[in-house]
Order: sequence, then structure tokens, then C-alpha cells
Amino acid sequence: MKTESSAVDIDRNKGNFFYPEAHVRDAGVGLSERTVQYIADVKGDPDWVREYRLRGLKTFLEKPLPTHWASKDLEAIDFDKIRYYLAPGTEPKRSWEEVPDDIKRTFERLGIPEQERKFLAGVEAQFDSEAVYSNIKKAVGEQGVIFVGSREGLKDYPEIFRKWFGKVIPIADNKFSALNSAVFSGGSFIYVPPGVKVKHPLQAYFRINAESFGQFERTLIIADEGSEVTYMEGCTAPKFNTPTLHSAVVELVALKGAKIQYITVQNWASNVFNLVTKRGLAQENAEVKWIDCNIGSRLTMKYPSVIMKGRKARGEVLSIALANDGQHQDTGAKMIHAADETTSNIISKSISIGKGRATYRGLVHVPKHLKNCKNNTECDALLINATSRTDTYPAITVRGTGNAVQHEASVSQVSSEQIFYMQQRGLTEAQAMSLSVNGFVNDLVRQFPMEYSVELKRLIELEMEGSVG
Amino acid sequence: MSKSEIATIEKEATAILSGPGEKREFPDWFRDQQNAAWKQFSSLPNPTRKDQAWRFSNVGLLDLSSFRFGGTLTDKERAALLEQSRGLEKVAGRMVFAGDELLERDVVSDQLKKRGVIFQSLERAMVEHAELLRKHFMSQPATLGSAKFAALHQALVSSGTFLYVPRGVEVELPIEIFHWLTSENTSAFPHLLLVTDELAKVTVIEHFRSANENAPGFACGVNDLIAGPGAKIVYVCAQNWADNVIALQMNSTAVDHDASAMSLNLHLGSRYSRFESLSRLIGEGGRSDLLAVAVAKQQQEFDARTLQDHISPRTASDLLYKNALDDRARTIFGGLIRVEPHAHFTDAYQKVRNLLLSDDAEANSMPGLEILADNVRCTHGATSGQIDEDELFYLRTRGIPVPVAQRLIVTGFLDEVVQRLDHPAIGGYLHQLIEQKFANNRG
Repeated sequence: MKTESSAVDIDRNKGNFFYPEAHVRDAGVGLSERTVQYIADVKGDPDWVREYRLRGLKTFLEKPLPTHWASKDLEAIDFDKIRYYLAPGTEPKRSWEEVPDDIKRTFERLGIPEQERKFLAGVEAQFDSEAVYSNIKKAVGEQGVIFVGSREGLKDYPEIFRKWFGKVIPIADNKFSALNSAVFSGGSFIYVPPGVKVKHPLQAYFRINAESFGQFERTLIIADEGSEVTYMEGCTAPKFNTPTLHSAVVELVALKGAKIQYITVQNWASNVFNLVTKRGLAQENAEVKWIDCNIGSRLTMKYPSVIMKGRKARGEVLSIALANDGQHQDTGAKMIHAADETTSNIISKSISIGKGRATYRGLVHVPKHLKNCKNNTECDALLINATSRTDTYPAITVRGTGNAVQHEASVSQVSSEQIFYMQQRGLTEAQAMSLSVNGFVNDLVRQFPMEYSVELKRLIELEMEGSVG
Repeated sequence: MSKSEIATIEKEATAILSGPGEKREFPDWFRDQQNAAWKQFSSLPNPTRKDQAWRFSNVGLLDLSSFRFGGTLTDKERAALLEQSRGLEKVAGRMVFAGDELLERDVVSDQLKKRGVIFQSLERAMVEHAELLRKHFMSQPATLGSAKFAALHQALVSSGTFLYVPRGVEVELPIEIFHWLTSENTSAFPHLLLVTDELAKVTVIEHFRSANENAPGFACGVNDLIAGPGAKIVYVCAQNWADNVIALQMNSTAVDHDASAMSLNLHLGSRYSRFESLSRLIGEGGRSDLLAVAVAKQQQEFDARTLQDHISPRTASDLLYKNALDDRARTIFGGLIRVEPHAHFTDAYQKVRNLLLSDDAEANSMPGLEILADNVRCTHGATSGQIDEDELFYLRTRGIPVPVAQRLIVTGFLDEVVQRLDHPAIGGYLHQLIEQKFANNRG
């Protein structure tokens, strides 16, 4: 069904395998100050990072779960039964040959090395808590582009790292950003020098292999003035019987005139709680664009945000969510306008199948005395079965004159006339259904990189199997 | 002095937060309910902005400690209020309340009475139509955040309107109800219970006004509208309290099969006005139209929360809320369309539009959807913008000065909602109130 050369892995079964654990570093089960100290010790953190982690822990313990608005399913996470740090205890390798055999096999099965050769400018592969492989094409590296794991970023480029780390998403932003601040490990650090346009995407691949594990990667991308970069992340995990937690923090900084495009295809197994904080800061004339595709996980709560801090900054979120049985995709976007003439666009499409639930949650904020800010929000939901559920919860605040904000949402189902018409033309009901659903997301999928859109279409076909009749 | 006279005087001076206390002669069941409601009010926590149902609300304004029960009026004051209680020209019946005291009741025509229309004060209906009243009184849930204030209302309400329209009876002319807040820091607990039987038809308009335009006050009202099978209800609220009144109003509408309910709420007065509107579509083929217009000026805050709850299949609802905001005014719209499991073939629409006229005005919109059935058609939209420069320019080329042109555009924007009523007499009256608010230039 699936070719080996696929760019992203969104076939749900493909990632469902694991190898025996061989971790040297293990912070044990549960979360306490000792866990945090252990992580700081093995990573050799400088004092300010250690303190930062401890502040994160304190905030995490103080903050209640946000269940007054969020899903009660969060209560199913037992923070005392999760393992917060597991690593082989070696530096990431620069070539695939050096990567330990079983880990290499994992990524080969997922097709990562092959993709790197084909079209990526750089790849980082994270296995549980730490990167096991990190490489950037020579030509890109020579332009001064930095693409390393967060630990090396911290160690080798402290002056750039520290300047922006935790500035876009403070520790106390929410309970899970605080948790990440306490136990973060892995993730990417990217710096693109002024004027450099990285032609091919940089990719990170996140893999959870161990049971009852929590992955807390921390990504920081800085695009200096006039530069451009595209980053793609993919993620998989085997399906265990116990809940797995993934709680990342991603901070993007687009300086004057820079462009960052961040693409996520989330295909965690259906036991993963995916609670991620993602936010970008766009300075004058800069652009931050999130392309966010949520297919896997048990509960995803993720609302990529853009703070438009400089004049004429732009923010965009394109979001596709697919919720099948046992899944709740609680996704959306936040657009904070903080300067004149800033524009933002949110387009969200969700499909609920079987007993799946898709939720759009959004925030648009246009404060006082700003001029000519514009926001456009469109949310469309498609319901496939009678048991499917969809929700929309936007919150829009506009102050003053001179701004235009519009929000529109619709909920519909596949029209029976359409299906009937296609069946008349010789398609089966399932084929007709899948064609119709693909049509629903088509205008959005077209904006994705080619490799993603082809895969996505195939995935939708797979998901639609057995959902009719 | 008799015991009841003492009670009256005490009540005049008593703060509402001292509870129900001594009251007029109510039946036991009613008194028990009031005591239970008071306990509930006391035990429920005060709302905070962290509650989703109170997000963006200025909950700090809900300090009720200075408000007391309305006192007894002198004959002169009564006469003056009755003189001012003018609304529509032709009505089928009329009640006037000052605080919680019924001042006057113009009965419905004998013919309507003969056909079984009941138009009575709440306290009289408790005795004469105990069964009917008991069945429907405060029977709908307060689910939009104000459970605490619905309890307060139930504990302290001492009068109100009971209107019952029997099977097949159509009341052609509107029924009119006035509520007055009288002197400084007095309060009112307006109550309307409207029950329509099968195929009945009725239109009700409520006026909320203050005798003294500078007096602070507190109003906490409950409206229960029950549309029986195939019935048609039109409800209009013209809220024009004084500028420093704190007002909470909880409206619930139950729409049975093939019935239709249309409500229009015009908000002009008060410092803070929260308005909750629950529309429950409980029978197949029911339809509910929810309309609202707010003109917010100075430091006014209008806080509207709505729920279009589709419980039965093949029901329709359509919401249109429009706000015009000037000065430092704030509006909040928190609306939800909920389609319950099995409520297939729902057709629901929700639209909120904010027109911002000043740089300090703030519009908050939270249009929500929760869909638990398929085969539905649900859309919602929210827009916030300002006067279109092209429209303004066009009017100026026609020789219309800028301030007049602006007012024309704003009233035109709001009139679209009023016209949906399709009732020229009421529409004209509401239009006039809107014009007055712009002309007075008061908040």
C-alpha cells in the first residue's frame, strides 16, 4: 500500500513497532526535584538552565489542570507513572553508519535516511529523550545556518540561544509549558543568518520507543533579518497500553523581513496525549506560517500562535485535523496583533469519523489604537457518521476602529446527492465518500509541500475505509 | 402598627442581601421554594472571569451590597409613573410594575377573557391557577452561567406577570409590560411567565425603565416563554434602564413541535447588562429566532450569552446580534449552537456583527458550535469592523454632512435586525428609541 520513499509517515500502522530498550540514562518513574536534578546533571546544564528547570517544576506543580475549559480526559494522565528521561548517553551521530543498529533500523523502517538524500537540507532524529542523529548538508552549513539539537545549541551557541530561549513562551504560559521547562530534552535549535534563504526544508523526526514515556522536546528557531526557512517535523510511536505523553514547546522568532514556515504532521499512536505549546514572534514585515496536520494521538491540545509584533507582520495557520474513534483533536490557533497593519489568516478544516471528536479553539486579539489590522478565520467541519462530534470555540476581541476581523464557520456532511451521482458513474460508495472528503480538504492540502499532500490524500482514503455502510 | 406594616417598612430599608425575610401572603410551596433558592444563592460561588461563562465579563461590577428592596410609592409618584408608562398605541393588555409592586393592570378584552386567556399578576395566579403556575414556574434550567442569580431572583421575586393563551387563541394586539426602577439603589426582580397552548399566538413587549435617570439600581429578571405545539410567540424587550443600573436578565424559551418563537432584545441603558438567552428546541419542526440590538456608549458593558439547544430532529434556529459601540463601551457575545445526539436535520445559524465607532470601544465575540449529530447544517459568523469609508463618501457626495451620514449608516445597520420582526408598530417604536439614544448623546 505504501511506498518506501514517502516523505512523511502518516500511515497509522507503519510506526507501530518497537525495539527493546537499551537506555543508559534513565531518570526513573515519576516527577520530583530529583528527576529534574538528574536531567540537569546528565545533560551538564549550566546553572541558569538548572534554575530555569526548577522554576518550571514549581510552576507545573502549582498550576491546576485546565479542565474548566479543556477535556476531562486530561485527568487520565498519571504524572507519577511517567518516565521523564531516557537516553543512550551518547552524542548524536553525524552519519547514519554510526547510529546504533536497532535505532538505525527504526528510522530506516520509517524511511528517514532515504528522504534526507532525496530532498532535505538537514535532518535531526530524536529517539525518546535525545537526538541520535543530526546532520545538515554541507552547502547549507557553509552559509552559516545552524541546525543542531537543543542541548548543543545551548552548549555551543549560548549567546544566541539564551537571548531567545523562553522569551516567546514563558514558563508559566500554561501547565504543560511549565512541565516542558522543567524536563525538556531534545528538539532542534536553528539559526538562519541574515539574508540566507534555505531552499530545502530542514526536518526533525521524533520517535517514542519506550512505554509510559514522556517526550518533552524543545525547539527554538531564529530566522535573522531577511532570511527564510522551512522546518518539518514528523512523529510516531508504537501503540502501548499505557498512556504516553508528548509535551513539546516550540518557539519561533522571525526577525525583520524573515519568513518561517513550520510544518507538522502529527501521527502519534492513539494512546499518546499530545499537549504542545507552539508560538511564533514576527517582527516588522516578517511572516510566520504554521501548517499543522493532526491525524494521530488520543488527545491533542495544540493552538499554534503568532504574535505580530512589528508593523506589517503576518501570521498564518493552516490546520487539518482528522478525528477517528477514541480520538479528540482539540486544535486551533491564536493570533495576537500587536502592531499596525498586521494581518493574520486562519483556515481550519476538520473531519470527524466514527466516534471521533474534532474541536476548533481560537483566539484573535486586536488591542487598542492599532490601525489596519486584518484577520480572517474560516473553520469548516465535516461529520461523517451520526456518532461523530465537532465543536467550534473562537474568542475574538477587537478594540477601536480601523481594523477588520471576520470569522466564519460551517458544519456539514457529505451530501447524499454527491455520493449518489458518483455511484451512478460507477464508483463504490466508499470511493465516492473518500473522493468527497478529499475534495473538502483539497484547497488546503494544495498549499502543503507536494510530498505531504500526496500522503495526506492517501491517508484520508485509508481512514474512510469502513466508515460508510 | 400592624405586623405587616412593620414588615413593609423594614423591607424598604432592607438590603437585598439580607434575604427573603417577611413577605406578602404566599402559598407554602412558593415560600419553601424561595427559602431553598436563597440557600442555593448563598452557597453558589460568585462568578469569576476564569469561568468560561463569564470570560471577558467585568464581574467586579456585580457587587450587590448597596442595593435594597423597592419601597412603597406615594400616590403622586404612582400617578407620575403611570403617566410615563407609554409605549405602543394599541395593546391587548398592559401591566405596570414599580420595583416589585404591581401598579396597574389593564385587563385583556372580555372576549379574550371569555376564550380563556389568563393575564394576571404572579401572586394572584399562585392562588387562582396554582397547578398551571406550579408546573411552569422557574421550570427551565439556568445553564448559561447565572444559576446563582436565577436563584437570587427566585428567592426574592414577589410579583410578576403570568400570561396563558389557550389552545387555538390568537391575541392580535401586543401585550405590554412596564418595569420601573424607582429611587436610588432600589432593585427589581421582573418576572414573566408566558405559557401558550397548541396553535396559540401572542406578542409581548416588555419595557425596562428608570424613573430617575441618574439613580443607580439593580434588576435581576427571569423570563420563561413556553411555546406549545404549533404556537407562535413573539417577545420583545426594550431595555432602557438608567446609566448606572446593573442588570441581569435570564430568558428561557422552550419550543415544542411545529411552534415558533421569535425574540428581539434591544439594549440601550444600564452600566452593565448581562443577558442570557436559552432557546430549547424540544419538538420536531420547531423554530426559534433570536435577535438583539445593542447601542453601547460611554462605559457601558453589554454581556450577551446565548444557547441554541437543538434537542429534537428537524428544528431550526437563527440568531442575529448586532452591536454598535462608541466611546469606551464594551460588548461581549458568547453564543453556542448545540446539536444534541439524534437531533438530525438541524438547521442552525448564528451571526454577530460589531460596528466599532471609537478607538476605545471593545467588542468580544465567542460564537461557538457543538455538534453531536450529523445531517446538520450549521454555520456561524462573527465580524468586527467600522463604518465603510465608501458608504460615507457616497452619502457625502449627496450633500449629507458627516455626522448625519454616520448616524444614518449606524441606524441602517441596526434596523436590519428590527425589520426581521416584521411588526411595523413595534419596529417603529424600537427605531424611535434607538434614534433617541443617539440624539440624547447619553450613555
